[in-house]
Amino acid sequence: MTEKAFDHVKTARSNHRPTGKDYIEHIFTEFYELHGDRRAKDDPAIVGGIALLDAMPVTVIAIEKGHGAKDRMYRNFGAPGPEGYRKALRLMKQAEKFKRPVVCFLDTSGAYCGVEAEERGQGQAIAENLMEMMALKTPVISILVGEGGSGGALALGVADRVWMLENAIYSVISPEGCASILWKDASRAADAAECLKLTAKDAQRMKVIESVVSEKEIGKVDFYDGLREKIAAELAELATLSVDVLTENRYKRFRRIGTGSGNSGQNEKSNDQSKDQ
Amino acid sequence: MTFIKFTFQPKNELEKGGRQAVPIAPDENEPSESCPNCHRQVPLSQLWANHHCCANCGHHFRLNARQRLHFFADPGSFQEMDHDLQTEDPLSFPGYRQKLTLTENVAGEKEAVICGKATVEGEACCLFIMEPFFMMGSMGTAVGEKITRLFEYAKDQRLPVVGFTVSGGARMQEGILSLMQMAKISGAVKRHSDAGLFYLPVLTDPTTGGVTASFAMEGDIILAEPKATVAFAGARVIEQTTRKKLPQGFQTAEFLLEHGFIDDVVPRSEQRQVIGRLLRFHGKEETK
Repeated sequence: MTEKAFDHVKTARSNHRPTGKDYIEHIFTEFYELHGDRRAKDDPAIVGGIALLDAMPVTVIAIEKGHGAKDRMYRNFGAPGPEGYRKALRLMKQAEKFKRPVVCFLDTSGAYCGVEAEERGQGQAIAENLMEMMALKTPVISILVGEGGSGGALALGVADRVWMLENAIYSVISPEGCASILWKDASRAADAAECLKLTAKDAQRMKVIESVVSEKEIGKVDFYDGLREKIAAELAELATLSVDVLTENRYKRFRRIGTGSGNSGQNEKSNDQSKDQ
Repeated sequence: MTFIKFTFQPKNELEKGGRQAVPIAPDENEPSESCPNCHRQVPLSQLWANHHCCANCGHHFRLNARQRLHFFADPGSFQEMDHDLQTEDPLSFPGYRQKLTLTENVAGEKEAVICGKATVEGEACCLFIMEPFFMMGSMGTAVGEKITRLFEYAKDQRLPVVGFTVSGGARMQEGILSLMQMAKISGAVKRHSDAGLFYLPVLTDPTTGGVTASFAMEGDIILAEPKATVAFAGARVIEQTTRKKLPQGFQTAEFLLEHGFIDDVVPRSEQRQVIGRLLRFHGKEETK
């Protein structure tokens, strides 16, 4: 039992898994990559551009971890900086203008934590994405294909449909981080992983995601074909909704998460300040 | 002349302008707090008179939410909302319930934020103040729900929102559901903003993680308290990851001002006036 959640963590982190670019290459055709955030630079940890899904143009954005030591370094191990998130937002706004749907593939251990990232407003970049994606006037599907590391993943995860691969994880903190805070012992990560309920099944049960994608034949043609069909079917369904209904549903999708039973409704209570000193 | 002199002569203590206040000799036994910055002992009466700032070095002491409310809102104007909303421990996280009970007793609050309606310098607004003594102001489902409701209420009532942030980030014990609160609140902020309404967050020490990466950075005007730590990733984590020495004053309010991410650094003693003025600039709309 204790092993189980952490097995998913290990699989999600495996170097042998397909990365963002693999999904783009095998699911879409004629992908043309676009670069830069038009503010400071181009972040190789996020790959974005336009491609065809069957015959329909879509905007595709993926967090890319890279294959092999050199490529992984270049991609900063899939840890995007603020420039990456701003590039992603630029491409989403572009998609909105030309009425293209957006498909995102998420796979990151977290947004990059470094001096430059902080200086250029990592927090602000993520915050802006959350706000703007919520009101984006075009359908968005986000698929977690590996690690879903906290705010760094959520910054591309405010979508109409969010799916996770069977072994993908989605968590507010890494199991190691959680263990070192809880027990001052990072080696108990497996226990922490269990507590955090970070597997795809858990996320589906808590209604954080809509569906779990089977990893049968992962990396093979059939796997990509299946995923392509699923995306196409979902986009066709989302295309039938008016923009107002689409954004309203997206707001509600997130609005209901974690409401609990608590005290529902506005509970106004006059409170005299003086007694609170 | 004597007549004039007579009529203008004060007849009693009151006409003289009241009795002169006798300076109270510093009470040797008065409790005091040690300033974390300059390490001097500051008597409590002096702290209160000085907005909980050190009279010597100006260090801003950490305030609990009710103390801040006392300094900030017009006396008696605060009407609290959703006071009893509490988390449900949705993950059944080990030790979380005990921790909640303990922290509830220590902080005297039921969650890490208080929300409500108030006036500041006579200007009506919705107000949220996060509570640093409740699990370091961390954001779980209850905090997310309370702030979301506040923004929805403000949108319906066409009121501006002022919020004081202090947070260690998303609350680990509620896992992915805490993370989702970032998106939920951001959505409510966006709707409030799209309705043409004003939102002003004030970042206080420390504002970090998921709060920085969501509603703390989504204001029309963003202010911060002097020397407040404002960060996405913690300084220690960055040092460990990059193995580089961090620059002087890294991740302080002043650092963010210099890099263009906040509008101003405002000392606590001036916040009422400054924010009152900014609320006035954004117009009083007829409430329905």
